[in-house]
Parts: sequence; C-alpha cells; structure tokens
Amino acid sequence: MPETPETTTTSGASIRLENLTKVYPGSSAPAVDNVNLEVKAGEIVILVGPSGCGKSTCLKMINRLIEPSSGRIRIGDEDVTDMDPVKLRRTIGYAIQASGLFPHMTVAQNIALVPKMLGWSKTKVKNRVEEMLDLVGLDPGEFHGRYPRQLSGGQQQRVGVARALAADPPVLLMDEPFGAVDPITRDHLQDELIRLQHELHKTICFVTHDFDEAIKIGDRIAVLRERSHIAQFDTPEAILTNPADDFVSGFVGAGAALKRLNLTRVRDVGVVDFPTASMDDPLESIFERLRSGPHNDLLLLDHNGRPYKWLRRGDLSLAKESLARAGTLVADTVTRDATLRDALEAVLTDNAGRVAVTGRRGEYTGVVDMVTLMNNVHELLEADRLEAIEQQHRLREQRARQTQLAQEGLDDASATEGGRA
Amino acid sequence: MSFWEYVGTRHAQLLTDTYQHASAVFQCMVLATLLGVFIGVATYRSEWAGNLATTSTATILTIPSLALIGLLIPIVGLGVPPTVIALTLYGLLPVVRNCIVGLRGVDPALVDAARGIGMSRGAQLFRVELPLAWPPILTGIRVATQMLMGIAAIAAFASGPGLGNEIFRGIASLGSANSLNQVLSGTLGIAILALLFDAAYVLIGRLTISRGIRA
Repeated sequence: MPETPETTTTSGASIRLENLTKVYPGSSAPAVDNVNLEVKAGEIVILVGPSGCGKSTCLKMINRLIEPSSGRIRIGDEDVTDMDPVKLRRTIGYAIQASGLFPHMTVAQNIALVPKMLGWSKTKVKNRVEEMLDLVGLDPGEFHGRYPRQLSGGQQQRVGVARALAADPPVLLMDEPFGAVDPITRDHLQDELIRLQHELHKTICFVTHDFDEAIKIGDRIAVLRERSHIAQFDTPEAILTNPADDFVSGFVGAGAALKRLNLTRVRDVGVVDFPTASMDDPLESIFERLRSGPHNDLLLLDHNGRPYKWLRRGDLSLAKESLARAGTLVADTVTRDATLRDALEAVLTDNAGRVAVTGRRGEYTGVVDMVTLMNNVHELLEADRLEAIEQQHRLREQRARQTQLAQEGLDDASATEGGRA
Repeated sequence: MSFWEYVGTRHAQLLTDTYQHASAVFQCMVLATLLGVFIGVATYRSEWAGNLATTSTATILTIPSLALIGLLIPIVGLGVPPTVIALTLYGLLPVVRNCIVGLRGVDPALVDAARGIGMSRGAQLFRVELPLAWPPILTGIRVATQMLMGIAAIAAFASGPGLGNEIFRGIASLGSANSLNQVLSGTLGIAILALLFDAAYVLIGRLTISRGIRA
C-alpha cells in the first residue's frame, strides 16, 4: 500500500475527565455521575457497558455535544469545558455508528468538510482527501466522486473514519462505529483501526457494548455500570483475569480464560522443538531414526523446509520403499503471529494434539502441543493475577495518600500531583 | 367563429393574459416559498409550533377563494394587491407542511454528525438539513403551483391580471357568439401553463437535488 506521509501527523493528546456529571432537566438521578477518567496520549480507551449505562453520554460530553452539568474536561493541558463548542469539535475527530456520512455529498466532499471549515487552502484540502482515502485503504481515483449510497457498509465506515481524521485531530471519539456492519466486515475494520493507530498514535475514546471488540482493540478498558460509574478501568488482560467484582465478571461473560488466549500470540510463548527429517534425507536414515530413536514421531519437511507429513513408527510397515503412502499430511499450521486461541483450535482438531508453527515463508520453526499450551496459559494467568493484585495495591496506596493529604488540608497539593500523572 | 379563428384574432390579448397569469403565479410562488420555508425552519423543532403552523395554513386553504378575494377588496382595494395576497396565502400550506415534514424527517444521527464535526447552527441548517429536506419541499412547491394556477383565475373577479379575465368575460356574456371560445381559451391556457410549469419543476429538481439522494 502506497503510504506517503506528506503532512506530519499530530499524535494524541491526553483527555482528562474530572468529576464529570450530567443531570438531565426533569430527572432527579444523574445520567452520568461523577466520572473521573484519564486517557493517556496515544492510547485507545474503550468505554464498555450495558445499554443505557450512559457511556455514549459520557463520550458526547468530551466534545460537548452534551453539555456537562458539572465537572471539568481537559484535553492536553487545556481546559475545554468553557471553550466555544463549535471550535472545540473541529479539533476532535468524531465517528459514529452507520458512518454518519451526508448522503447528498460525495465521498470527497464529506472528507473535506472539516479541513474546509478550518480554512485550509483548496490544494491542501484536495491532497488531504486523497491521502485520507489512501490511508483507509480506498482507491482515491475510484471512490473520490461516489456518493455514500454507492458504497458498502464497510466502505462507508472507512470513509467515516477518514472524515473524522481529515483535519488531523489529536483526539478521536468513536461512538459504536462498527455497530451496524456484518461480523466479518467488523473484524476487518477492527484490524484496520489497530493498524491505523499503529501509524498515527491518536488518543482514541471508543464506545461499544461488545466486550470482545473492547478486548481486541483497547489498550485499556473502562467497564461502566449504570450512571457511568466505572466498575473497572484496566488493561484487557487484567480485566479478564481479575475482574473487580461480579458486575465486571458478568459482563466479561463466560470463557474469560479463552478470551485471554486472544491476547497472546504464539511467538510470546515457548514453542518446543520436534524431531524433523527432510524429504532430501536418504530414506534409510529416516527409517533408522524412527526405529531406534527416542521418538515415536517425526515431522517430515518438504524441500523448502515447510511441514509436510507427520510420520509415526507404526507407519513404517506401510512405507516400503517410498514415503508417498506413509504418514499423515500436515493439515493445519499456525504462524508465529497467530493468537493462542487459533493455536488451541488447531491443537484440538489435530488427532495427536499438536500443531506445527511456521515462519514468514511457511518454513517450520517449532511445534505447539497441548502440554506446552496449558503450561503457558497457566503461567500467563498467574502473571496477570499477580500484576492485577499489585495494581490494586498501588491504587489503594495512592488513594490512602490522597485521603491523607486531603485530611491535612492540602487539597491543592493533591491536585498538582494529579496533574503530574 | 371557430375556436381557432378566435385564438388567431385575439392572440395578442391572450398572450398578454397568459404572460400576466404566469408572472402572477410565479411571483406569488416565490413569495410563498420564501415565507413558507421561513415558517417551516422557524417552527419544525417544536412539536407545538410546527403543528400550529400547519393547522393555520390549512385553515387559510379552507376559505373559498372567491370569498377571500372579496374580503380583501375593502382592505387593499382592487387589482394586483388582493391577487398577490390571496395567492401567496393559498400557496403557503403545501410549502410549510412539506418543509416541516422534510426537516423533521432528516436522520437525527446526521444532525448529530454535523454538530459533532463542528458545524455551526447555520451550517447545519444550510449544508445538511435543508439540502436533505429539499426534495419534499420542492414537491410542496410544485403542488402549490398547480393549485395557484387554478385559483389565479378567480383574481379576475377583483380586476386582477391573468387568464381569468377571459373566463369571466365569457361567463358574463353567456349566449353571445364568442362566450364559449373565451371560456375555453382561458381554461386551455391555464392547463398549458400548468404543464409547462410542471416540466420546469422536473428540470429544477434534476439540477438542484443531489445525485446522492435522488430517487
């Protein structure tokens, strides 16, 4: 993909919500109650929670589509709570469900909206539109002049993201952006977003009710319960292995350990060596190794070093003079970038409970079997657990220190301390 | 005298009447559109105000046109003023109603997106809401124009301009040689004008409705 970084991209700015509260007129209970949340620069934070928990309201208060009743919003070092909302929104990317593209404007016109409002020159806007289309993987020549209704749902969503990023905002707000597309397209768009974020390092606030989506793309996840109370705010790993309470574990749902497998790649766990033989080796030596060696099995590699066949000692009688009829073909391999979940899937389908791991060109690099997988997962979970406990410990200490400071009447001091973080 | 002979001998008068008829309807339609869209924009956000606007314009339409023009004569005199006022008032309902329906029909998610990317209130209205509501508004204008074509004939009753004069003269001299020809030429003229205007609206629609939302 041609990537020409013509304009330098602005990387993210931190977002800090302080005691943010929204009470709608005519209702006594607040819709969002005293939320404190800090999103670090360049981080993707997912707000996840059941419908009606106020996660969308919370998000819309960041660009002040909904005015907070009380509390402060800071972006970067700036307090934006009292800033002109129209100006503020032009500096914050905003992508919503079902893309929110204006149907009467072409793709290019949609993307150009914010840069034009910011007074960019015509040529700069034009170049930027092409660049953005390129960035989200759409051919500028082809899609430039199309209307939204001539695009598929996934393409519309890409254009929506391109429009949100067009003016190069440091902060991007996404309100269930992939909620209206089919699961396969959603999966693609999620991967795309992860790739984009790798290049751009924006600060992204992302609202969803889909916990699996949250795990997949979030650096950190804030699980919200009713009135946007934060039940837990932590990394996906920590939330999966150590949910703070019943609400969070209920939301995580069954199979937390299985979901945890999605977060680790095969290359992060040890693959084990397996005795191999090459097709180029003389037949007798292969037979000899099987017959007298310490192993019952051999992995036969083809001329390019790719896994080809599993050979068993019992297969020898069938083999006679050639290997053509012996052994079982390697049905499935995983790459080093595959998730442990994929690896487990492959191991479970293999009748001997193992799967060959391949490198970039498909060459053999090792084997994962049931035992290594189990040991690794145990270690992972144990490490997660320890870290989560440590984290909780740190939090408790911090809170204790703050309370102490507050008791000593040093509220200001604690505020500046908060500002350092 | 046959109908065509009549048209041949009186074509200068007929053309003037036709032109005046078209011009009166066109000008009143421009007024009604501006006023109607303004009323629509001002009221569509409030349930109460929008309904009030629709109901009051609908009420105007129930007043018989002859009566309305008759009532206007003592206030504004004869000729053009009562014609313009009556036609503009009658043209309001379709425009106001379709404008309100159209603006209320714009997907709230799009308005939300417009605000979210930093459009001012005016930009939201002129760049997103009105362009999206334009097809129904244009339909309203088209319906109103067809209606005014007929109603404008009544304007002759108040010595107003237009093809109505032919019709009234024919009716007044019923039984005379040319009375039927007069009524017929007036009526046919109005029908032809109505068709021409309709064709013009189709063209306007083609030119002003974005390809992205055209049916």
